[in-house]
Amino acid sequence: MTVTLVMDGKEITVEDGMTLLEAARENGKDIPTICFHEATTANGLCRMCVVEVEGMRLLQPACIVQAANNMKVQTRSEKVTRARKTILEMLASTMDLSDAPEILTMMDEYGASHERFPGAERRESEVKDDNPMYIRDYSKCLLCWRCVQVCADDAQYTFAINFEGRGFETQIGTFFDKAIPETTCVLCGQCVGVCPTGALKPKRQFMLEQGMSPQEISVLNTGRKRRKEK
Amino acid sequence: MTLTETASLQTAIETYIPLGRSGLLPALHAAQKLYGWVSEEVATEIAKSLRVPLADVHGVIEFYSLFYNKPTAKRVIRVCTDVACALKNGDGILHHLCEHHGLKPGQTKPDLSLTIESSPCLGLCEHAPAALVGNEAETNIDLEENTYELGRPPSQVDGSIRLLTANCGNGTTSLAKYGEYSALKKALTMMPEDVIAEIKASGLVGRGGAAFPTGVKWEGAAKAEADQKYVICNADESEPGTFKDRILLLDDPHRTIEGMCITAYAIGASKGYLYIRAEYPYIFPVLENALSEARNAGLLGENILGSGFSFDIEVRVGAGAYICGEETALFESIEGKRGFPRVKPPFPTTHGVFGKPTVINNVETLCNVPLIIDMGSAEYRKTGTEKSPGPKLFCVSGDVAKTGVYEVPFGVTLREVLEMAGGVANEKKLQSVLFGGAAGAFATTEHLDVKMTFEDLRGVGLPLGSGVVMVFDETRDMRQMLKSLGHFFAHESCGKCYPCQMGTQRQKEILDRVASGKIVEGDFVRLQDVGWTMTDASLCGLGQTAASVVLSAMKLWPELFVEGQTSKV
Repeated sequence: MTVTLVMDGKEITVEDGMTLLEAARENGKDIPTICFHEATTANGLCRMCVVEVEGMRLLQPACIVQAANNMKVQTRSEKVTRARKTILEMLASTMDLSDAPEILTMMDEYGASHERFPGAERRESEVKDDNPMYIRDYSKCLLCWRCVQVCADDAQYTFAINFEGRGFETQIGTFFDKAIPETTCVLCGQCVGVCPTGALKPKRQFMLEQGMSPQEISVLNTGRKRRKEK
Repeated sequence: MTLTETASLQTAIETYIPLGRSGLLPALHAAQKLYGWVSEEVATEIAKSLRVPLADVHGVIEFYSLFYNKPTAKRVIRVCTDVACALKNGDGILHHLCEHHGLKPGQTKPDLSLTIESSPCLGLCEHAPAALVGNEAETNIDLEENTYELGRPPSQVDGSIRLLTANCGNGTTSLAKYGEYSALKKALTMMPEDVIAEIKASGLVGRGGAAFPTGVKWEGAAKAEADQKYVICNADESEPGTFKDRILLLDDPHRTIEGMCITAYAIGASKGYLYIRAEYPYIFPVLENALSEARNAGLLGENILGSGFSFDIEVRVGAGAYICGEETALFESIEGKRGFPRVKPPFPTTHGVFGKPTVINNVETLCNVPLIIDMGSAEYRKTGTEKSPGPKLFCVSGDVAKTGVYEVPFGVTLREVLEMAGGVANEKKLQSVLFGGAAGAFATTEHLDVKMTFEDLRGVGLPLGSGVVMVFDETRDMRQMLKSLGHFFAHESCGKCYPCQMGTQRQKEILDRVASGKIVEGDFVRLQDVGWTMTDASLCGLGQTAASVVLSAMKLWPELFVEGQTSKV
């Protein structure tokens, strides 16, 4: 079964059940995404993938909405561009994007300013370095939820992390802010693997970035070192 | 925790253990009743008992404003600082109280005897300024005279008709006085599809703000196939300026319960939840009492009135989250989770609470149901207009002579409602009316003769919302009102989708600048871009309307947002 729709004035035919994002990508069209990841449930959080669908009052998240017959979709209307640009500018005013090259590229593409919101409160946080495997730098977290999802029922069923606070004050956290070794975390590393902004980073990479040499790191009493000696 | 402490906690939460995760909010409430707050040990014990991951329990405590994971007193004074109370010096009262007790807002005395905090709208707007002291409402606080009223908030009800509010204004109506559910009895003699047809014919649409046709909603859930369906009464009335549901539930609880029973019969549901906001604690005993009156009379429970139809209702209490008035966030909350709204579709009629077909209606909507069944849809439609039939409650607050709930037929004008309320207080002139709620828009003198119907209001770009009519006289600085609304939305955004999570914060910051006259170049366009991005791209109704009032003010009074403007007055 297929469905035929019009995307940016061009008629396309895609498999029934495909999302607008999949339909666009299959037809060589780029719709930007931030929170979306093939391995996690799409929650439609970042709204970067919103598109304009004729007959609908609100912009629609392409990662969730399925393509349907006779749909007329605009992936880059004025409304869409304003929303994407403003979301990017708000992100830049909120968090440290230095380790998020994909988002920096999007900012260039949409002409988004890093200084759009003067005097804006930022989400800042100390680096949490409490386990041998990875560090958590929530100043770089843009709340894509992927780490929470893979730690829970999208993958690992470990439930070591969840959310703190609400609204702008939201942050990823553990039970009563416990250090990772005191939680149910099994150091599987899946959260680090899906983090798009370097908020979660392998410890070794973090130490190298801090200016430590591989030799200095190797003398640290890490699991990796012991294995090598045997 | 000592063994004795563990035992008393276990006793307090034992009813909720079989509910599993869904019992999380009730269990946390029970624990706080014991200790005032939820410590790490208590949270661990609850997590183990209910078999919920520790991190998730913590996530839930962190989400809801009225759950505390730091030492907090059992006795909390919550002073309302939202719009209606802000007009009457709510902030001043908060600071006066704090000074008197040597605390700062949000602080607790070292001996855990008292906590004082500011609160979003407490739904006591007609008695502003107001506070909640423990479980009692403290209303009409007057610092100069040092007077206030404490206890059950009085109901000020008036209007040109009294259909929905027939039993309101004289204390709680008992079952004996309300009468044994004549509409339910009538409905039970009808086929469920005929009950739905009658509701559809009445033209009833939801009164919570979205104005969705009630009969269509019911039909969707009735047609959905499932082993279990639910009816939910949304009594999470939290829209600043709204207090009608408080009065309906407090003075006439049986009307809502009967409405829920009829809904359940029509769609084939056996279980109901009445989700009420935690800021209405004085209503809880009234509801529990009414439910047991109904159960004792055979109007709730197994085999109601020998009809073979069974239905019962459980009261669920929120914990300080405006977002939980959003239907899917409310489901999440009943399920024991953070109140994150879900992506729609699927819609509640097929995938509601626990993933089952669910009808969720506002209190006022449900109160219309017994009326319609009793009098028949044709008679019901004689009230109101062709396209907006029926009675409507308006919550009139702010600068009017007589604040309160006014019941009128759809189609009266704003001028008529204001006249009923004695006009603008203190012989001042009208500046504007906040219409529909925090998610509404401003009306001005040019809107006075617009008929209050869905169709007429839509024509002039005013949302009926939850029936808020908050009046501002000519001396009010609207920038302060906008600042207050900005803080409200930033506090209440759930943080799920980016436009609202960051947009409400940025909107608040710009509105703070506007209010203090420290506008930065480009703020007008900046505020507009944030507003439109939230409106167009947010995931749920909160974000989609978080800028509605601001954008309406920018259209009406652009000069307020431009540099150099000191005051409108």
